Amino acid sequence: MIPPNSRRMGKYAPRSGPLSESGEKGATSAMIASLDSEGRETIDTPFGTALSELAENRPDVLGLSADLAKYTDMHVFASAHPGRFYQMGMAEALLFSASAGLAREGFTPYATTYAVFASRRAYDFIAMAIAEENLPVKICCALPGLSTGYGPSHQATEDVAIMRGMPNLTVIDPCDAVEIDQATRAMADIPGPVYMRLPRGKVPNVLGKYGYRFKPGKAQMIRDGADVLFISAGFMTMRALDAADALARDGISCAVMHAPTIKPLDEESIIQEVSRCGRLVVAAENHSIIGGLGEAVAGVLLRNGVNAQFRQIALPDEFLDAGALPTLHDQYGLSARAVTEKVKKWMGK
Amino acid sequence: MSASSKKATGNVSLARRAWSIRRHALNMGKVQGQGYIGQALGVADVLAVTYFHALNYRRRDPEWEDRDRFYLSVGHYAIALYAALIEAGIIPESEIGTYGMDESRLPMSGMAAYTPGMEITGGSLGQGLGIAVGAALGLKRKGNPAFVYNMLSDGELGEGSTWEAVMSAVQWKLDNLIAVVDFNNQQADGPSRDALATEPGTEQGKWAAFGWHAQEVEGNDIEELVKAFDRARLLSDRRPRVIICNTMMCKGVPFLEEREKSHFIRVEADEWTKALAHLDGEMPP
Repeated sequence: MIPPNSRRMGKYAPRSGPLSESGEKGATSAMIASLDSEGRETIDTPFGTALSELAENRPDVLGLSADLAKYTDMHVFASAHPGRFYQMGMAEALLFSASAGLAREGFTPYATTYAVFASRRAYDFIAMAIAEENLPVKICCALPGLSTGYGPSHQATEDVAIMRGMPNLTVIDPCDAVEIDQATRAMADIPGPVYMRLPRGKVPNVLGKYGYRFKPGKAQMIRDGADVLFISAGFMTMRALDAADALARDGISCAVMHAPTIKPLDEESIIQEVSRCGRLVVAAENHSIIGGLGEAVAGVLLRNGVNAQFRQIALPDEFLDAGALPTLHDQYGLSARAVTEKVKKWMGK
Repeated sequence: MSASSKKATGNVSLARRAWSIRRHALNMGKVQGQGYIGQALGVADVLAVTYFHALNYRRRDPEWEDRDRFYLSVGHYAIALYAALIEAGIIPESEIGTYGMDESRLPMSGMAAYTPGMEITGGSLGQGLGIAVGAALGLKRKGNPAFVYNMLSDGELGEGSTWEAVMSAVQWKLDNLIAVVDFNNQQADGPSRDALATEPGTEQGKWAAFGWHAQEVEGNDIEELVKAFDRARLLSDRRPRVIICNTMMCKGVPFLEEREKSHFIRVEADEWTKALAHLDGEMPP
C-alpha cells in the first residue's frame, strides 16, 4: 500500500522519449556531486592535502575512514602516511567509537564518512563515546546538505540541526578550498570534538581573493553593502557573493557575512552587524530550514532584542529529489540565480 | 600468577575478594534500597579474578599510563564495579554510604566523569568494544604492552555495533584486547534466548567463527576463571580474546538466587540486612 502523499505516487506516470532533444547532453544525475563553479579556479582535495601536511609536524594526528577514504579525500592522507591511516570498514559506529579509543590514548583522530552516516547513523556513538568526554576527534564529512543529486540516502539536509544539538561539539561549515585548508589545520588545536562539513574533490577557491583567514568561532564580513546583509555559511557564501554581484546591477547593495562556525556562533559580530543599520537580513545555508544557521541566527537576534527584517534561504523541510545538482540547486533555491530572484522579490524589485 | 597481581592480591584469597565485592555491593544497595544487585552478585567472581588476578594497575594512580585498561560498557553494572574498586582500594570504603546520592562519586550508572577507575561512560550499550578497539590500536601505536579489557553483557551482543568491533579487532590482530562477557541470560524484557537467539552455548562458536580466541566458562567458578584469564593473557597468537562467563544472577545469596529472574531484581527493605547476614555467615578463608 502506498501511503497518502507519498513521493512514490509519481513513479507510475510514464516519461516520453528522450528528455533532451537538443543534441546536447542533458542534465543528468551523473553530475551528482560537483559544485558548479563557473569562472572559478578549483583546488584539488584541499582537506586531504592539508591533513597530510599538518601530520608532518603533528605525530598525534591520525586518519580513519569507514570505507569512504577515496570519497572524502582521506585517500590523500592514506597515501602520504600509510602507517597512520586506519580503514575501519563500512562500520560507522565502530569508526567513531574507535576514534574515541584512539583519542583516549592521546591521539587526534580525523574520521571521515558521509554527513548522512555520521549524523543519522552514528549520532549516539559521537555523543557518548566522543562528545560526552570532550575527546579531540575531528569528524569531517563529505556531501553535506544538498551536495549530491543521488537522493535522500546521501543528502544530509539536516546534519547541522542534528549536530548543533550535541554539547561540546564545534560545528564548522566551510565555504571553499581556502577555508577547508585553514580549518583542517586549525581544528587540531580546537579543544574537544569538531564536526566539519566537507566539500571534496575539486573545490572552488572563493575566498582567496578577499585575503580571508578562517578563525574558529568567528563570523567575518567578506563584503559590505547598504541594503541587504547576507549571513551565510558553506558554499552558500559563494552563492551569496555571486548574488550580491548580480543584485548590484539592479541597484541593490548587499553585504556578505560569512559565519562558518555555526556552533559556537559568533553572536557578538552578528548582533553588531545586524544592529549597525536597518538592512534586510538574509540567512543563507545549504541545509534544511529547520535547525541550521538561519534558526541559530534568528535565536540570537530574538534573545538579544535585536529587531530586523529577517528571511531565510534554505532547503525545504522535505526529502529532496534526485537529479543533476545544478537542476536541484535551482529547484530548491540555492543557486545564485534563485537567490538573486528571491532577494529582488523581498526588496520589492 | 604474575608478580604484579600477587602484589595486588596479597594473601587474600580470590574467593574472599569475591565475597567482599558482594558485601560492598549489598551495602550500597542498602543505601538506596535498590540497585542492580542481581548483576553485581552474579559478576562478583569475574570481577574478583579481573581485579585481583588479571589486571595490572596501581590503586593510588588510576590513570597510570602502563595500567591495563578496563572498560565497563554496561553502565548499570556500576554498583558491581564500584564494589570491586572499593575492594581494590581505588575508592575508599567510606564512600559506600554516598551511593546514588547527589554529589556522590558513585552514581547509579557508571560514568568516566564521576568515578576514579571508571574509564569510560557506559550505559549506551554497544559502544564499549568499539572504544576498546581504538584504545588497543592506540596502545600498539605507543608500543605500550598493556591490555584493554571490555566487560559486556549478553544483552549487549544484540547491538550490531558490537559485531562491527568484533570484526575490526580481528582485522587489526588486536592480541591486546580481551572481551569479558557476563552471560546471565537476562535482558530488560526477559531471557536473552527469547530476544535474538542468544543463549549459553551459542556464543563461543560465533566469536570463534569471526576469528577470536573464544572461551566459554562457568563464571562463578573462580578456578575456571583464573585459568581462562591466564589463557587469554598468555596466548601467543595474534587474535583478540573473549571470555564468555556464564553467571547466575544473585549468586551467593540463596533466597535471591531463587527469586524469579529479571533484569532488575526487587529487594525488600529488610532483605538487604538479611542478605548481608547470610554472607557474613559464609565468609571464605
